[in-house]
Amino acid sequence: MRERAQRLLQIADDELVLGWRDSEWTGIAPFLEEDVALSSIAQNEIGHARALYELAARDLGTTADELAFDRAPEEYRCAPFVEVRLMAWADTIARRVLYEAADAIRLDMLKADPDPELAGLAAKMDREEVYHRLHAEMWADRLREEPRFRTAVNALWGQALGVLDAELAAVLAERMPEQLGWTPAAAVPAARDGHSDGFRELWDDMTMVRRSIPGASW
Amino acid sequence: MVTGEAVWAALAAIPDPEIPVISLVDLGVVRDVSVDDERVRVEFTPTFLGCPALEVMRDAMAASIEALGGKPEIRVVVDDSWSTDRITTAGREKLREAGFAPPAPHAAEPPKLVQLRSNAFRCPYCGSSETKLENLFGPTPCRSVRYCESCRQPFEQFKTI
Repeated sequence: MRERAQRLLQIADDELVLGWRDSEWTGIAPFLEEDVALSSIAQNEIGHARALYELAARDLGTTADELAFDRAPEEYRCAPFVEVRLMAWADTIARRVLYEAADAIRLDMLKADPDPELAGLAAKMDREEVYHRLHAEMWADRLREEPRFRTAVNALWGQALGVLDAELAAVLAERMPEQLGWTPAAAVPAARDGHSDGFRELWDDMTMVRRSIPGASW
Repeated sequence: MVTGEAVWAALAAIPDPEIPVISLVDLGVVRDVSVDDERVRVEFTPTFLGCPALEVMRDAMAASIEALGGKPEIRVVVDDSWSTDRITTAGREKLREAGFAPPAPHAAEPPKLVQLRSNAFRCPYCGSSETKLENLFGPTPCRSVRYCESCRQPFEQFKTI
């Protein structure tokens, strides 16, 4: 059971932290439709994190809130890819496009898992993710010729590969050129060990209420 | 003595917190009701996992069962059992009357951009199919925004999931 919890935590942390980062566009996205879209996507990702934490919490005898907000920064297992604060639209969209492609591969694997709870939750998440993927597809198409977008994809590509283990990263590397309509520059997959510089600040913000008022619920 | 029928009727009177024209039973989120003496167990499945109305729905169900004299046990089932196909026919009609286009049937393949951008979706106000996709996302996770070129009215389209 602990092994399953560790698997769940890694994905839950990715979804929570990316949801947090995407929600930073709420109120300031380039136009209203995208303000709504990024806020909605962020809300979904955090909802997925919550469902994954709840499953892990049952295995570990704790609660979703404790897992999400009461761990020390070094205990989070999210990939550096989702942690970075990207406040240029081309960068954010590049990350969304790459993350959704990686996440789709991960969800396909989980949907086929022999554990029915894990497979069932993955299938439910996947229904919602369809719309995130359509959003990513729309933007990847719109920005195909945009140099800032291409530069951002190339810069993030190694980190994106690091979201998945080696076997699944190979699938991502094979699929991405077709989805983008061009091939990102070769990059070394970034390992999922340690955190980027921005993570500590994110953690400070994200856990502030729980640390100020231990056991707070809302 | 609480009966299953009374519980179903009570749950059918609880409006969805975000689209109050439709009830929780119309929405198809109540999967099962079982009554054992005064203990009432309800299995309930969220629509979208990020739906902020989850707790409100759970508390409203518990309160209405207590009002019947039952002891509620609400179990949230997070698996793949809910799709927009579970919204009842009556529920779809109530949505349309309130200006929300009901979801298209769920197909084996997920929807594609080209389909969503096509004019295969009818305006809930005038019935025209001259509508276009404005935004895949809307005010809640379950809705997209479309625009009717005939009556020039933006409207919300229930996503198909």
